[in-house]
Amino acid sequence: MDLSVSGLAVARGGIAVLEGVRFRLMAGRALVLRGPNGIGKTTLLRTLAGLQPPLAGEMSMPAESLAYAAHADGLKAVLTVAENLAFWAAVNGTATAEAAMTAMNLQELRDRRAAHLSAGQKRRLGLARVLVTGRPIWVLDEPTVSLDAASVALFAGVVRAHLAAGGSALMATHIDLGLAEAEVLDLTPFKARAPVAGGRMGAFDEAFG
Amino acid sequence: MWALLIRDLRLAVRAGGGFGLGLAFFLLVAVLVPLGVGPEGDVLGRIAPGILWVGALLACLLSLDRIFALDFEDGSLDLLTTSPIPLEGVVAVKALAHWVVTGLPLTLAAPVLGVLLNLPVGGYGWLVLSLLLGTPALSVIGAFGAALVVGVKRGGLLLSLLVLPLYVPTLIFGAEVVSRGAAGQAASVPLLLLAGITLGAAALLPFAAAAAIRINLR
Repeated sequence: MDLSVSGLAVARGGIAVLEGVRFRLMAGRALVLRGPNGIGKTTLLRTLAGLQPPLAGEMSMPAESLAYAAHADGLKAVLTVAENLAFWAAVNGTATAEAAMTAMNLQELRDRRAAHLSAGQKRRLGLARVLVTGRPIWVLDEPTVSLDAASVALFAGVVRAHLAAGGSALMATHIDLGLAEAEVLDLTPFKARAPVAGGRMGAFDEAFG
Repeated sequence: MWALLIRDLRLAVRAGGGFGLGLAFFLLVAVLVPLGVGPEGDVLGRIAPGILWVGALLACLLSLDRIFALDFEDGSLDLLTTSPIPLEGVVAVKALAHWVVTGLPLTLAAPVLGVLLNLPVGGYGWLVLSLLLGTPALSVIGAFGAALVVGVKRGGLLLSLLVLPLYVPTLIFGAEVVSRGAAGQAASVPLLLLAGITLGAAALLPFAAAAAIRINLR
């Protein structure tokens, strides 16, 4: 259940943003990605999730093992909390929607429509969706945005339980989650050279993107 | 995949889902054309097959851009792409949901609207049959078009321009079935061609649409 990456280069908008990225995430461990805005954290995570191809380098992970959570939570405003979660549980073929709602403290809101949730509550629902995927490697992009302190602590507990159960987590975040065991990887040294300085350009067809 | 179908249907019938939009448009066309053309029964009867098919086609076109745009905006499309369901399956299911929400009601409403247009008696069976066989092609081709413009702001106009030429064969054969049937001639050849278009589109286009979505999500 290891995720390992070597020599990875990723591009956004046809221009390489990161190159030579290498790390290894083992089962039961968490890795926090740091770096200034625009360094390419989201692009790296999207590449790992398979949403865009890497420019170069190798990624290896077990098939169908990644649960990806982006800035957008993928919630349907007219569905209730329970319906939203039940849908993602059914898509992933798991039956853990109830447990996920309990874990993310959503039971009280279960019959509320997602349109009527606050930003933090939506975020908790978005994170509960990661739980119902039942996949071992979590790839989370800014998971704590708009969460209050209590919810951050709740989420840290959920991550810790996931790690203890043999899962792993890769997170791009600026907030200290209070996960003492998490390693931190600063992406600044992997910043790609500018094209004028001999850096890599994106693939041909990305020029039209 | 079943869950995805149920969710899309549920979203369509809840507030703001757009269910009935196509149907209302179809109704308007069928009501307004006789007022514009005039009350001559045989003129209306002669143009009825074409009008009904054009109306159904444009009604279908109305809701196409919602197939993927809404899921793209709220991030669901990213998450569906990384889910265990193959993206080709997602496209096929969403096209099916679009058909259930637009094509099927249009097919069921068409005979009633045929009365307004003085469709000859022999044509009603052929009208329902041709729409039943032809509207799935409209949804699948439309889903392909919607996949091409995913992520394009205000892609609806571009989508219409892309999709309309692809709709032409379906329209020609569909309307031909009804006019031949209404005139009492054999209609099996255009009917078989119509069915062929639907089957071919349903078999091939989900793959093309999934490839288009993958490129657009990068």
